[in-house]
Amino acid sequence: MYRYDEFDNTFVRERVAEFRDQAERRLSGQLSEAEFKPLRLRNGLYLQLHAYMLRIAIPYGELSPRQLRQLAMIGRKYDRGYGHFTTRQNLQFNWVRLVDMPDILDALADVEMHCIQTSGNCIRNTTADPYAGAAFDEIEDPRVWCEVIRQWSTLHPEFNWLPRKFKIAISGAAEDRAATEFHDIGLRIVKGPDGKTGFRVLVGGGMGRSPFVGKEIRPFLEKQHLLSYLDSMLRVYNRYGRRDNIYKARIKILVHELGIDKYREEVEADWEANRKESIDLPQAEYDRIAAYFEPPALAPRPVRDEGVDARRETDPAFAGWLRNNAKPHKVPGYTSVVVSLKEPGRTPGDASSEAMELVADLAEQYGNGAIRVNYTQNLILPHVAWSDLPALYDALAAGGLATGNNELLGDLICCPGLDYCNLANARSIPIAKEIAKRFEDPERQAEIGQIRLNMSGCINACGHHHSGNIGILGVDKKGTELYQITLGGSPKDDASIGSIIGPGFRAEAVPDAIDTIVSTYIAHRDEGETFLDTWRRLGAEPFKEALYGAR
Amino acid sequence: MDKRNAKRLADANKAGDTVQALTANRLSDGIVVYLDGQGGWTEDMAKARFAEDDETLQQMQGIADKAVADRLVVEVYPIGVMIEDEGPVALSVRERIRAAHKTTLTKDWYDVPL
Repeated sequence: MYRYDEFDNTFVRERVAEFRDQAERRLSGQLSEAEFKPLRLRNGLYLQLHAYMLRIAIPYGELSPRQLRQLAMIGRKYDRGYGHFTTRQNLQFNWVRLVDMPDILDALADVEMHCIQTSGNCIRNTTADPYAGAAFDEIEDPRVWCEVIRQWSTLHPEFNWLPRKFKIAISGAAEDRAATEFHDIGLRIVKGPDGKTGFRVLVGGGMGRSPFVGKEIRPFLEKQHLLSYLDSMLRVYNRYGRRDNIYKARIKILVHELGIDKYREEVEADWEANRKESIDLPQAEYDRIAAYFEPPALAPRPVRDEGVDARRETDPAFAGWLRNNAKPHKVPGYTSVVVSLKEPGRTPGDASSEAMELVADLAEQYGNGAIRVNYTQNLILPHVAWSDLPALYDALAAGGLATGNNELLGDLICCPGLDYCNLANARSIPIAKEIAKRFEDPERQAEIGQIRLNMSGCINACGHHHSGNIGILGVDKKGTELYQITLGGSPKDDASIGSIIGPGFRAEAVPDAIDTIVSTYIAHRDEGETFLDTWRRLGAEPFKEALYGAR
Repeated sequence: MDKRNAKRLADANKAGDTVQALTANRLSDGIVVYLDGQGGWTEDMAKARFAEDDETLQQMQGIADKAVADRLVVEVYPIGVMIEDEGPVALSVRERIRAAHKTTLTKDWYDVPL
C-alpha cells in the first residue's frame, strides 16, 4: 500500500497543528461557531444528534493492521469503544469530544491517516473495488489511480470550493463492485481497441433526492490523460454548476439539465484548449506510485485442501461462510475473505475496538497484512490461503465475525439514521436489526439467494436505498416515521434506480412487508432467476398485489 | 438559526397542551443538554426548566444566548415536551432519542409514538 513520503508527513502534521490552533481559538472565544464550523467540517468533524462525529478517510478502503489497531485505540480512548464503517469506505466515530480532536488527529497522523476532505464541497475520498489487486476478474489494479487522484485532489486550489461535494469511484475489474454508476464520476478500467488499458468515463450518477445513473461521457480515455480530463470535467462543473440551490448543485443536475451531449462538448472544448498546459502525470511519477501497489509475494499454496473439504462436509455454518464469504482470487490457492459486520442483532457496519484488533491480528497471521473496507460495510482480507480458511473461520467466529451472509439478505446496508444523524427523518438501525432477526435462519437466506437490501433514514440516501434490489427509505410524515419501499434497484453493471412500490409502511410493519416481497419473488421466480431478473420479467404487479391486495 | 432548527421551533410552538424546554449541545464535547432552572445546563431532561408561555421562553432564550456567547453551548433550540406522570417526555422521536443519550431504542422501539 502507499506510504507517506516526507512531504505527505509534513503536510498532515502541519494540518494537525493548524486545527489544534483553530480549536483552541474556538474554545477561548477568538472564533465564533459560524467561523469555526467550516474549519471543523474540513477536518471531518460534524455536530450530530448526540455529540460530535468524526469521519476518518480510509483512502480507497485500504488499511494496514497498524492503522486498524490505531483506530481501535482511538475508539477505546476517545470514543465509546466502537466505530462505524460507512458506505464510502470511511470510518466514523460518533462520540468524540472537541477538546480531544487535536490529539485524535495526531494519533491518526502517527499511522498516516487524516480526516481532510471528508466533508465540505470538495473532492472526497475516492472509492474503489475492495478486491483490488486480488480479484480474479481484474483487468488492472485501480488503487494506483486512486492514489494519483488522492494526491491531485487534496487541497486542489481550483476545486476546493465546488458548488457541492464531489465523489469519484474506480473499478478495474470486469464486474463493478464499486457502484461506479452512482458516483459524480465513475471510472472503469477497460481494454481499448489496441489492447491497451484506459478508462471508460461516466459522469452525473448519484443518489440523494434526485437519483441518476451515470452517463457515459467517453467510452475510452487513454490513461495518461486522466488528470487533465478530470480537470476539464471539474472545471466545467465549477463554472456552470448551480450555487443558488443546494438541492440542484450536484453535477448530476448539471449533466441532466445540460444533457450529456452538451456537457461533453463543453468538457472536450476545455480539454482541447487546456490539456497541453495541464498536469497529466509524468510516467516516472506514475511508476513511483505504482511501485507501492506491487502484488504481494504469495507463496505457492495448494488449490484444494483436505481440511477445508472435510470441514465443509461436516459443518454447515462453515460451508455457508465458505460459499458466500470466500471470493475468487487471481492467484490459485488463495481467496479473498469477507469479514461480515452484519451478525444478526448488531448495527450494520459497526465494529468494536476488540473486533478491529482481532481483524488486524488475523490480517497479519493469515492475510499478508492487507485489510479492505467494502462500501457494503464489511471488512475484507484480500489475500488468504485456501488451506488457512478453517483456522481463520474459527478465529473470526470467536469474535462474532464469521457470519456467512455476504451478499445475502442479512448483508443489508444501513445508514446511521435518526439514531445518530442530524439530517435523518427516521430510524434505520432498529429496522435493520428487526429484518436481520426475521431472516436469521441461514437456510432461508440461502434459499432466497443473492439479494441487495439497502436502507436510508432520509432522502440523502447514505444507505443507498435507490440501488437496493429492495430499498427502504425512512420519511417523516406529519411526525410519524414511515418507510417507503422501492424495488428493482441495482448498484452493479446493470445499474438501475428502484421504483416505489406503493404507500409506505409503519416501522413495525416493515419486516412483514419485506417477508411478503421475498416470498412473492420465491413463488414467481424461474429457475436460476435472481430477484432482479424476476422483477424485470414480471414488473411491479405481483408484488403490489401481495403487499396491498387486501387493502 | 439554520432552517432545520427554525422548523423545529415552529413545530414546538404548534403543539398544544405542552411545555417547552431549550436544548443545545455542549461546546466542549457536543453532548446534549437542557437549560435548567438555575441557568445552568443539565444532561437530564427531567431537570430542565419548562416554559408554559412565550414570555418565559423568551426569558430562557436570553439566558441561552449568553451561554452561547460564553462558549458553553451551541445549536440552541426549543423542543415541545409533554409532562406525564413518570416525568417529562419529548414530543418527537428525534428528541426522545437525544434525551436518551443512546442509540436504537431497541427494547421498545415499536412503542415510541410513530
